[in-house]
Amino acid sequence: MLQWRENTEMEKMSDRNNREGIKGWLNPGRFGWERVAYWLQRLTGVGLLAYFVGHIYETSSLTQGPDAWTAMLELTQTPMGHLILLLVIGMSTYHSANGIRLIFTHGGKGLGKPGRPDYPYDAASLNYRQKSGIWIALILAAAAMLYGASVLFRGN
Amino acid sequence: MQIRESQIMKIHYITAIGALFVVAVHILMRLIMPFDMSLEYGNVIANYHNIPYAILLESVLVLIAIHGFNGLRVILLELRQSKAWEDGVTILTIVAMMGVIAYGTRTIIVANGLGFE
Amino acid sequence: MTEQIIEKIEKIEKKHEKKETLRDSIVLKVYRANRLAGEPGRYDSVEVPVQRWTTVLDALLHAKAYKDPSIAIRYSCRMASCGSCGMKINGIPRLACYTKVSEMEGSTITIEPLANFPHLRDLVTDFSQFFLHHRNMQPYVQNEHADIKDREKLSEFVQKPEDLDRFLQFSYCIKCGLCYSACPTVATDTKFPGPQALSQAYRYFIDNRDSAGKGRTNIVDDKHGIWRCHFAGSCSSVCPKGVDPALGIQLLRGHLLGFSKNEKKIADLQERLNKN
Repeated sequence: MLQWRENTEMEKMSDRNNREGIKGWLNPGRFGWERVAYWLQRLTGVGLLAYFVGHIYETSSLTQGPDAWTAMLELTQTPMGHLILLLVIGMSTYHSANGIRLIFTHGGKGLGKPGRPDYPYDAASLNYRQKSGIWIALILAAAAMLYGASVLFRGN
Repeated sequence: MQIRESQIMKIHYITAIGALFVVAVHILMRLIMPFDMSLEYGNVIANYHNIPYAILLESVLVLIAIHGFNGLRVILLELRQSKAWEDGVTILTIVAMMGVIAYGTRTIIVANGLGFE
Repeated sequence: MTEQIIEKIEKIEKKHEKKETLRDSIVLKVYRANRLAGEPGRYDSVEVPVQRWTTVLDALLHAKAYKDPSIAIRYSCRMASCGSCGMKINGIPRLACYTKVSEMEGSTITIEPLANFPHLRDLVTDFSQFFLHHRNMQPYVQNEHADIKDREKLSEFVQKPEDLDRFLQFSYCIKCGLCYSACPTVATDTKFPGPQALSQAYRYFIDNRDSAGKGRTNIVDDKHGIWRCHFAGSCSSVCPKGVDPALGIQLLRGHLLGFSKNEKKIADLQERLNKN
C-alpha cells in the first residue's frame, strides 16, 4: 500500500491499468446510435484512406502507357474489385454525410440549449436531430451502394 | 512556431468540405459516359489533358491527403501517449502525406504531358 | 406553461419507462481481485434476496453483510448525490445506488469495477487521474476585478437567471466518473481530460463572473485536449445527473471554432465603447 502512495503525480497520470483500450470500441451498440456513428466514422475513415493510397498507386500505371493501364484495369475491374469499389462508395457517402453532421455539432449547432435538467434526465445533445442525421447518413450510404451496384454490375 | 490544435482541426474541417465538392465532380466524370468506356486509356488521358480537370484532380489529391493523414494522426495519437510515439506519429503522417501528394502529382503531370504527344 | 412542462416530463418519463422484472432473488456476479497483491481477476457469484425497490447497491451490501464480508465497495450517500458507487453493471457504467435490480434483465447481474480507472481492489478504483484532469481545468471562478483582499469594498456580481441557465446544468456534476469510464477516447488516451473535466472547463468559461476565458481555451486547445472528443455521446447517455457533458464540450468547441459568439467578450467591448 505504501508503494502506491509514493507514486508521483506523473506516474499516476500515465497509469494505463484497467483502460479499456481498443476493446472499448467493440460493442458500440450498448451506448446508443451516436457511439455507433462514431465507430463507423472511424472505420470508414481508415478504409477510405487505404483506398485513396491504393487508388493513387493504381492510377500511376497511366504513366507507363496503355498496356500497363489495361493490365491494371484487368486486375481491378473484376467482380471482387467491383465489390471493393461498392464498399468504398458506401463508406464515402456515410463518411461525408455523417461528417457534415459532425462539423455542425462540433461547432455546437443542432444540440439544443443547456437548461435546468429534470428527472428522468434526458440529454439535450442526444436529440432526434442527431439521431435522424445518423439514420439519413446510413440510408444515403445504402442508396449510393444500390446505385453503384446498378452501374458497376450492369454489364455482368 | 507552435501550431495550435484548433488551427489543425479547422484545416481538417475545411479540407473535408473542399474534398466533398471536388470528389463529387471527379466521380461525376465517370458517369458522363458508360462506366467501362470512361476508364479506357484514351478517355482517361483526354481527361488528364484537360487542364481544369487536371487542376481538379490535384486538388482532390491535396485535400484528401491532408484530411486523411490528419485523421490517421488523430487516431494514432489517441492510441498511445509518449513523446517518442507522438513525435513519430507526427513525422510519419507528414512524410506519408507529402509522399502521396508527390507521387500523385507526378502521375498528373506525366499523364497531362502524354496528352500532348 | 406549467401544463406544458408537466406534459414534457410525462413524455420523457414514458420514454424512459423501464420494463420491470419482479423476482425473489438474484445472482450477483462480482469481479474480485486485489491489484497490489497481484491477484488474477475472478468472478464470485452470490445469490441475494431482492424486493421490487432493491438497488444494486442494496444487493451488494446484503451480500457483504450476510454472504462475503471481504467484497470491497466504495459508497456513501445511497441516493445518487455523492458519486461514490460508480461501477460497471451489466457492461455499462452506472451508479449502483441508482440502478434497481428489477430494471435489469436476466437472472444474473455482472458487476465490475469502472473501466478506464486504475483498479485497486474488487469494485474499487483509483480516481487520482480523473481528479488531476479536473484540477487542470482550474475549476474555480477567476476574476481580476474581484477584490478579495480589500474587505471594505466587496464586489457584487449580478447574474440574471439566463446567465445562470448557461452553466447551471454543468455544475450539477457529482464527479462520479461514469462519463470518464464510458468515453471511447479515454479508453486509449491517458492525456485526454475526459468529458467531466472538459464540460467543467465550459462551465467556468461561460460563467459571466469568470474572466479567464482565453486562458481556459488555451488549456483545452491541445493535441490531447478538446479536439479528441468525437461526439460519441456515451458520456451523456450514462450521466446520472443530466449534466450532458457532450453538450458542454461541443458548445465550448463552438467558441474555439468561432461558430458561437462570446457574449462576455461582446459585453466587454460594449463597456469599453461606452467608456470612450
